[in-house]
Amino acid sequence: MSDTTQTLLNKYTRFLEKPNRSWYILMGVLGLVVLLGLYALIQQIVHDHIVTGMRDNVVWGAYIVNFIFLLGVSYAGAIISGVFHLGRIDWGKPLIRIIEIITFITILIGPVYILLCIGRLDRLHYLFIYARIQSPIIWDLFAVMIDLVLCTFYLYLTFIKDFSLMHLNADKYNFSAWQKKLFKFLSLGYKGTENQKKRLNRALDIMAAVIIPTAVVAYSLLAWLFGMNLKEGWHDSLFAPYFIVSAVFSGFAIIMMLMGIVRKYFDAASILTDGHFNFIAYGMFIMALIFGYFTFSDYITRWYNTQEATSELIHKYLALDQYGYMTLTMLLFTSIIPILVVAVPALRTRTMYMVSAFLVLVGLWMFRYLIIVPVLETPYIPIVSTDPAVIKYTATWVEWALVAAGFAGAIMLYMVILKVIPVFPIAEMQESHTFKLFGKYSIDKLLSQKDFS
Amino acid sequence: MGEINKKDRRNFIKTGLGLGVASLVGSQLTSFAVDNEKKETVKVLTPDGKLVEVDKKAISEPATLPAKGKEARKGLPGRKFVMVIDLSKCANARKCVEACQRGHDLMPNQEFIQVSLKKDNEYGEPYWSPKPCFHCGNPPCVKVCPVGATFKRTDGIVLVDADQCIGCKFCVSACPYSARIFNWKDREEYHENRDSYSPETSVPGQVGTVSKCDFCPDRAREGKLPYCAESCPMGAIYFGDVNEDAIFNGQETLRFKETIANRAGYQEMSHLGTDPSVYYLPPANKSHPYKRGLKDLDEGLKDWYLDQINEQP
Repeated sequence: MSDTTQTLLNKYTRFLEKPNRSWYILMGVLGLVVLLGLYALIQQIVHDHIVTGMRDNVVWGAYIVNFIFLLGVSYAGAIISGVFHLGRIDWGKPLIRIIEIITFITILIGPVYILLCIGRLDRLHYLFIYARIQSPIIWDLFAVMIDLVLCTFYLYLTFIKDFSLMHLNADKYNFSAWQKKLFKFLSLGYKGTENQKKRLNRALDIMAAVIIPTAVVAYSLLAWLFGMNLKEGWHDSLFAPYFIVSAVFSGFAIIMMLMGIVRKYFDAASILTDGHFNFIAYGMFIMALIFGYFTFSDYITRWYNTQEATSELIHKYLALDQYGYMTLTMLLFTSIIPILVVAVPALRTRTMYMVSAFLVLVGLWMFRYLIIVPVLETPYIPIVSTDPAVIKYTATWVEWALVAAGFAGAIMLYMVILKVIPVFPIAEMQESHTFKLFGKYSIDKLLSQKDFS
Repeated sequence: MGEINKKDRRNFIKTGLGLGVASLVGSQLTSFAVDNEKKETVKVLTPDGKLVEVDKKAISEPATLPAKGKEARKGLPGRKFVMVIDLSKCANARKCVEACQRGHDLMPNQEFIQVSLKKDNEYGEPYWSPKPCFHCGNPPCVKVCPVGATFKRTDGIVLVDADQCIGCKFCVSACPYSARIFNWKDREEYHENRDSYSPETSVPGQVGTVSKCDFCPDRAREGKLPYCAESCPMGAIYFGDVNEDAIFNGQETLRFKETIANRAGYQEMSHLGTDPSVYYLPPANKSHPYKRGLKDLDEGLKDWYLDQINEQP
C-alpha cells in the first residue's frame, strides 16, 4: 500500500467511526419527516386517492413529478459517473462515489412514487401476469428494474477495493465488530493482486459502458410514456432528448450540491478543489445553455401558430394568473442564474455555485411540474365540470408530505451509506497517475500537508 | 351425432351468420324428420343473400345475461354497435346523464356521458353536445393498458374489466376525448353484490379502478337501448348496428349508412385517427333554441356553460 492510500485511509476511515451527536440529531429530524410521510401514506391507503389533489383530468400530480425528477437525477448520475470512469478523467475520480451513491438511492426511491399513483397496489403482480408489451408502462417497468439492478451492481463493484483496504487494515482503525465483519464479507476476498485488479477493472469498465446507454434508453422510455399519448403538450418528438438534457443538467446540479456538503463536513478542501467546483459549474453552464435552447425552441414553435389546444396551453404557461410565475421562475433558475454565475467573474464562488445548483434543482422540479400538470388540465375537449378541484390541480398535504419524506429518506440513506464506505474511492484514487492536471491540486501537495495524519 | 353437430356448428360460424339475422328469420323455422330421429333445421339468410339450412341446435339464442370474466371479452357475435347523436335535437334535458348515472350506480359528479355547450365559430349558433365514450375503432386507451384490463371486442365495444384494472390511470390520460373516470373513493355500494359484477354492466364499481361508458351491452343482449338513448326525450340518441344498417332512438328506425351519408354525419376529431363508433349529425335547423337547455340548471352551472361559449351571463 502506498503512502497516499495510507494517508487517505487514515483520514477518511475516521468518518466511519461511531456517529456523533449532530449525526443523530439530523437523522432524528429527517426521521420525523419520513414518519409524517408514512402517516400520509396510511391516510392515502385508508381513505383512497381522494385525499390527494388528483382528479379525473389531472390523474397524475406531484408524485409523478417527483418520480421523473428522482429518476432524472439517477440516470444523470449513471451517465456522468460512467463517463468519468471510461474517460479516465482523473480529476473526476473523487466524485465518482459521491455520484454513484446518489444514483443508487434515487433509483431506489424514485419508483415508490409511481406506486403511489397506482389505485390498486394489491394487484401490482398483474403487471407481470398480464403484461402487455404494447404498453409504455411495461417498457418503463422493465427499464427501471434493469437499471436498478445494474446501478446496484456497479455501485458495489466500485466499493470492493475499498472494502478490501479496510478489511486488510481493520486493526489499525476503530471499527466496530459489525463493520469489520461487513468489510470482510463484502470485500469478497479481494486483496489487490495484479490478476484481481485486472479483472475488477475490466468489470468496472464493462459496467460503466453498459449503464450509460441503459440510462439513456430508460429515461427516453419514461419520456415516451408521456410522448406517446395523444395529448397536446406531450405528443412531441422533442420529448426524449429534452428529458435527457434536463436529467444531465440535474445531475451536474446535484454533484455541485454534494461536493459543497462533502467538502465542508468531510474536511476535503484538499481533494475537492476550486477546480472541481469550476468544472462542474461549467458543466451546469453548458447544460443551462442547451436546456434553455430546447425550452425556447419548444415554446416558440407552439406559440407561433394558432392551433386551439396549443394556444390554450401556451396561454396557461405564460399567463400570470395561471402558470406564468412558475414558468418565469423555472426559466430564471434553470437558464439565467447558472449562466450568470459563470459568466460574471465576481460571482464565481463556491457559495454562489451552491446556491445556483440548488435553484437549478428547484427549477427542474418545476419544469417537470409544468410538463405534467398544465397539460393534463388542458384536454382536447374542455373539462366539463364546475368543481374547482377538477379544473385545477392543487397538491394536498398528503402529496407534499410524501414528496418531502422521499427527500428526507434519500438523505438518511446517504448518511447511512457513508457510515460503511469512505466518501472517496481511496483505492481508485491511488491508481490514478495524472492528478497534476488540476493546478494546485496534486497528490504531492496533498501529502505535504502536515495536518494530515 | 355429436360429431355431426360439431361440424354443423363450424359451418355455421363459417358463413359468418349474424345472430341478429338469425332471429329475424326465426319465423321461417321449419322442421323435418330426418331418418328416425327428429332433426330440426332452420333456413336462414346469410349476409350475402344466400338461404342456407342449418341444424336448429347450432343456433343458440343470444345469452340474455351479462357476460362475465373472459366471456365479456368476446363481442356479441355478428354485431357491430354504433351510436348516432343528432345534435339538432339535443336540448340539454340531461335525462341521458341522469338515467346513465342511475343505471351504472354513479355518484352525482361522475358522468359517463357529459353534455358540453359548444360554439364552432363567431357566427355559429351554440349547440349542446353529449359525449359518451366513443368506442374507437383504434382505441388509444387499449393500446397503453399495461395489463389488458381494457379491451376492444368484436362487436366494437371497448370495455374495462374492473377486476383486472390496477388503476395506473394511463388509459385516462391516453384518451383524447376524456371519456374515462377513476373511482377515487370507496363506497359501500361497491361491496354489495360483488358476484353480480360484469364488465358489461360496470356495476358494482370498484375503488381504485377506471370506469367509463360501456355502451350497455347487457341491455343490447335483452334487445334494449342503452340508458341514455332510451331516456332522451328529444330522441337525439340513436343506437344500432352497422351490420344490420339500422339505428333506433326509441321512436323511429333509420338506415345508418344512409343517415350518415345524407346528413353529413361525422366523428369527433376524426383527424386523430381513432375512428370512433359514435357519429354526430350536425346541429343544422335545430328544433329549439340552445337557451332552453340552460333553463333548469342551477346558477353556477349556467354561468359556467355560458362562459364556455364566451358569453356574459
